[in-house]
Amino acid sequence: MTRQIKSKPLLAVQDLHTHFHTFAGTVKAVNGVSFEVGAGEVMGLVGESGGGKSVVGFSILGLIDSPGKIEGGQILLDGQDLVSAGENRLRQVRGREISMVFQDPMTSLNPLHTVGRQMDEVLCLHSDLDAAARKQACIDMLESVGISRAEERLKAYPHQFSGGMRQRVVIAIAMLARPRLIIADEPTTALDVTIQSQILKLMRQQIADKGASMILITHDLAVVSEMADHITVLYCGNVVERGKTRELIETPTHPYTRGLIDSIPDTAERHDRLKQIPGSVPDIRNLPKGCNFKDRCPRAQALCAEREPTLTAQHGSLWAACHFPLKPGELA
Amino acid sequence: MFGYLLKRLIQMTLVLWVVSVIVFLMMSFTGDPVFMVVPIDATDAEIAQARRLLGLDQSLLVQYGKFLTSLVQGDFGNSYVFRQPAMTLILERMPATVEMVLVAMALAIVVAIPLGVYAGANPNSRISRVIMAGSLLGISLPGFWVGMVLIYLFAVHWGVFPSSGRGDTAEFLGLRISLLTWDGWHHIMLPAITLSLGTMAILLRMTRAGMMEVGRQDFMKFARAKGATRRDVLYKHGLKNALIPVVTIFGLQLGDLIAFATITETIFSWPGMGKLLIDSIYRADRPVIVVYLMLVALIFVVINFIVDIVYTLIDPRITLK
Amino acid sequence: MTGFFQSEFFHNYKRSSSAIIGSALMAFFAFAVLAGPFLVAQDPYDIAALNLMDSYKPPMWLEGGDPRFPLGTDGQGRDVWASILYGARISVFIGLVAMIASCTLGTLLGLIAGFYGGIADAIIMRIADIQLSFPSILIALFLMSAVGTGIDKVLIALTAVGWVVYARTVRGSTLSEIEKEYVQAAKVAGLSNRKIIRKHVLPNVLTPLIVIATIQVGTFVLIEASLSFLGVGVPITQPSLGLLIKNGFDVLFSGLWWTSVFPGVAIMTLVFGINLFGDFLRDELNPRLK
Repeated sequence: MTRQIKSKPLLAVQDLHTHFHTFAGTVKAVNGVSFEVGAGEVMGLVGESGGGKSVVGFSILGLIDSPGKIEGGQILLDGQDLVSAGENRLRQVRGREISMVFQDPMTSLNPLHTVGRQMDEVLCLHSDLDAAARKQACIDMLESVGISRAEERLKAYPHQFSGGMRQRVVIAIAMLARPRLIIADEPTTALDVTIQSQILKLMRQQIADKGASMILITHDLAVVSEMADHITVLYCGNVVERGKTRELIETPTHPYTRGLIDSIPDTAERHDRLKQIPGSVPDIRNLPKGCNFKDRCPRAQALCAEREPTLTAQHGSLWAACHFPLKPGELA
Repeated sequence: MFGYLLKRLIQMTLVLWVVSVIVFLMMSFTGDPVFMVVPIDATDAEIAQARRLLGLDQSLLVQYGKFLTSLVQGDFGNSYVFRQPAMTLILERMPATVEMVLVAMALAIVVAIPLGVYAGANPNSRISRVIMAGSLLGISLPGFWVGMVLIYLFAVHWGVFPSSGRGDTAEFLGLRISLLTWDGWHHIMLPAITLSLGTMAILLRMTRAGMMEVGRQDFMKFARAKGATRRDVLYKHGLKNALIPVVTIFGLQLGDLIAFATITETIFSWPGMGKLLIDSIYRADRPVIVVYLMLVALIFVVINFIVDIVYTLIDPRITLK
Repeated sequence: MTGFFQSEFFHNYKRSSSAIIGSALMAFFAFAVLAGPFLVAQDPYDIAALNLMDSYKPPMWLEGGDPRFPLGTDGQGRDVWASILYGARISVFIGLVAMIASCTLGTLLGLIAGFYGGIADAIIMRIADIQLSFPSILIALFLMSAVGTGIDKVLIALTAVGWVVYARTVRGSTLSEIEKEYVQAAKVAGLSNRKIIRKHVLPNVLTPLIVIATIQVGTFVLIEASLSFLGVGVPITQPSLGLLIKNGFDVLFSGLWWTSVFPGVAIMTLVFGINLFGDFLRDELNPRLK
């Protein structure tokens, strides 16, 4: 599963801060997040809902709308910063270099346009093909995501497709301009369990075929553990742990990661019963001093309330932001 | 499709029938129309005879039966005042009303949709706030009063627009149309503006609400993630979706315009069927009122039908059932 | 009461300039309506107090104006400002009473339709549907033409057009409310229908009505004004703001604009205030927008 990582990353996010300035106060949805995605790599971005995962995805594409704003940091695509790039440059990036798959296929397609028109839009924007060639490209793409009678289906409207089929269409649209990076934001959460694995399989196959990279945003560790080469765990807008998938799943060092793993039914390693992380995510508008996780952490000590931990190297490939990280084999 | 048409036709007939019952009942309680047709110095015998001639001496049910029969036959009786077929009177005046309503609607659309789209796309801008305050004022204004103020300013004070009448008309397909002459346009402007304000404000608010609602939809963001410009996303993906609720109220708004035309026509002495209705109410000219109401009911029913059809053309999710 | 001042509603109210302006305008009219007769020297309906020598005086800031009549006088020497204060009483009274009557009738019919369903539901909603496809002003105009002028008749006509919107809303929320478990539980527990409606359904369907009721007062004031302007509303002896405009319209062409323009300004400010506040209420009470 693990592939060779090239020396220069395709995408490097460095110290990203994205804040939302609301009447009720500033929400620091993303507060100093850094990670890298190499060419052909799958990076899993994991955290509880409300943890700022989707905001990272939208920040990369420059789709943060008011009252949100990227307040600091860099997003380097091939070493070129996107945060400081203008709208015109971003439009070239969107869809062509980086595309996105949204959570809910029922709402990500325009109900009043045919599937063909919505696919064609991408090629109009990002290719010089003539109408006939564009149509053929759309048909080929639809077929490659497993939609039969593709030519007919181009004339159909989204409501004539099932949820799983719509997500296939969305994936087809995302892959159409052969982007180098796909950001998939909870791509299977809204789907039936049986459809979920089909869609994941399809995505894995698509990026492998086209040599693209992927950022898989999800709350579901089970999904990323199957799909990703690397995992970055977010909590309250911060990276709390990252590393290679296998090491992170088998021997996590951050108590939060441990908690997440213990709450997965399948991988809950032979514990007698499913565990749950006690408490809930703190109010992100005014975070406590020190470690954000301390109130829910079984290992918290006085120091955790004093000082915010920073990412430090742990065993193997793992980095974690914790004053008292778990050693391999140690239980929380 | 055929089943749908049949169903709608039955529905429409049912509505018209209910309207006919209500109109008939209400009319029976209106002041005694017999005094409209007999001379002031008529004797009791003369009055009784007139009553018999008008069929007013029979029971309500019989009267309704006759009423309905003549409605179905298209015979609405003669106006008590003009002593001409009521239907002819109304039809003569209908083009005047229709052209005023259409000009008002066109004005409302031309102003409301672009401003509504702007205000919906930029909800926090200063200009949007001004637009919204203006539209709220638009629904708070008494339309007839606006007409008066316009008359005072443009006709009495500055004398740049005429205050009443239709101006020169030209004959087209046997109809007298003001819009074919310059003088006609000159006359229609003030009444049409007066009439359009309320509808303009409502269409504007609906467009804005639709635009704001659609702005929150995922597919708008997805379209931007494809690389489309903000402008394209707004107009190619947003506008059509935003206009669906606007189309829904379009029929009602057209109905409102026809209704408020009665007042506007009265202020501007516009010789349309609305003014005729008001005059007929003053004179208890029952046949004319009945024709007006039945005709307007028919128009509304047809408008609603057309709106439903248009709806399916815009929204592929809706099918005619 | 302290709870109210700490509530989110009050917090947002303080931040919304339209809510403050709207409620200030409404408060101003409430004051004018209650205290009106004590604010002006002249009772415009007391013939003895009128002096024909004072007729057609322009507003006081214009040449020939008289400080006794700040907004001028009409053809009988009646103070326009005083007429407005008295006229607003009638307009506001009609708007409020017709709203309360519509709300009561509509809520009742909506509850019956939603709770009992069946034939009652079919009939009530059919009538509502047909009525909704016709403009209210036309229905009111038609009713008035049949029953003649008078405040009581205006109230009847307005109620006849106003109940529909409540009935539909209440029916809708009743239907969704009786699906809920607590109502089912109350039924199983053997509570009478009347008690279930009063204790469980009614309190939960009332919130959306607040917005409708607020805005409807403004709509009714406008409809009443239109009817009176056409001469089928209030009688000449009880002139509302609309009738004042009509009376002024007759002399407009002689350039005597103030007798009709100022009553119109009064209607506009009143309805504008109501709509401003209604808009704020809608945003506050509609949880979908939050």
